[in-house]
Amino acid sequence: MKFAIQVNEGPYQHQASDTAFQFAKAAIENGHEIMRVFFYHDGVNNASRFTLPPQDDRHVVNNWASLNIKDADGEPELVVCIAAALRRGMLDESEATKNSIEGNNLHPAFRISGLGQLIEAGIQSDRLVVFGD
Amino acid sequence: MATKKFMYLNRRSSFGTVYAIESLEVVLIAAAFEQDVSLAFMDDGVYQIVEGQNSDGIGMKNFSKTFHALGDYDINKLYVSKESLEERGLTESDLMPLVYEDEDDDWAEKPSIKIVTNDELTAIMSEQDVCLSF
Repeated sequence: MKFAIQVNEGPYQHQASDTAFQFAKAAIENGHEIMRVFFYHDGVNNASRFTLPPQDDRHVVNNWASLNIKDADGEPELVVCIAAALRRGMLDESEATKNSIEGNNLHPAFRISGLGQLIEAGIQSDRLVVFGD
Repeated sequence: MATKKFMYLNRRSSFGTVYAIESLEVVLIAAAFEQDVSLAFMDDGVYQIVEGQNSDGIGMKNFSKTFHALGDYDINKLYVSKESLEERGLTESDLMPLVYEDEDDDWAEKPSIKIVTNDELTAIMSEQDVCLSF
């Protein structure tokens, strides 16, 4: 089955991102496809490459990156909502440059895009599964 | 592109959290995808479409007037939970008179809001392909 996933909560405060990751991992291991993961609301904070949990804790961001979810052209399909991201200081290199801000924090396994990507995922997947309140 | 039934489920009031305004924003963006769209309002979500909202005192945008634009985007199925209204002492007359023009009926103006019981809403939800909850 072709799944799309929506993550609405940030890491470590709420279990939604962990559960979504476990779901995605299990789905892939069982031969299903995760065509896109869309990070929305505080969920955009799952994409920070500056995330440094203590050594004995899971690394939520690297967990997502390890799934290697990409399209046929090798573009990341871990997609971060642009409006939600910019409000919360989550920037890739292009947005940082555009807004004359030094530095950027988006993990390279993710990309920033618009809400249309969520709707498209809802249309193209067999199931859109939402994690978070 | 394939057409699917999309439902946007609104369960929180206009202010206090970002969800109400975000939901409306997604609905308007998604209108470009020409899907079969409906909105549901239950729990505190029914407050989103109450007439006469005023957010001057809290420094936030009063986006409630935007609901009047939905008819122009062919979004005319707004289901409101009867039980949620009653629990809050509200009736249909407390809600904004949201309407659309029916192109199949000589552009007659018709109400977009439909009050339904939770049982009816459950049945409508089970017909959907995609349900986005806010």
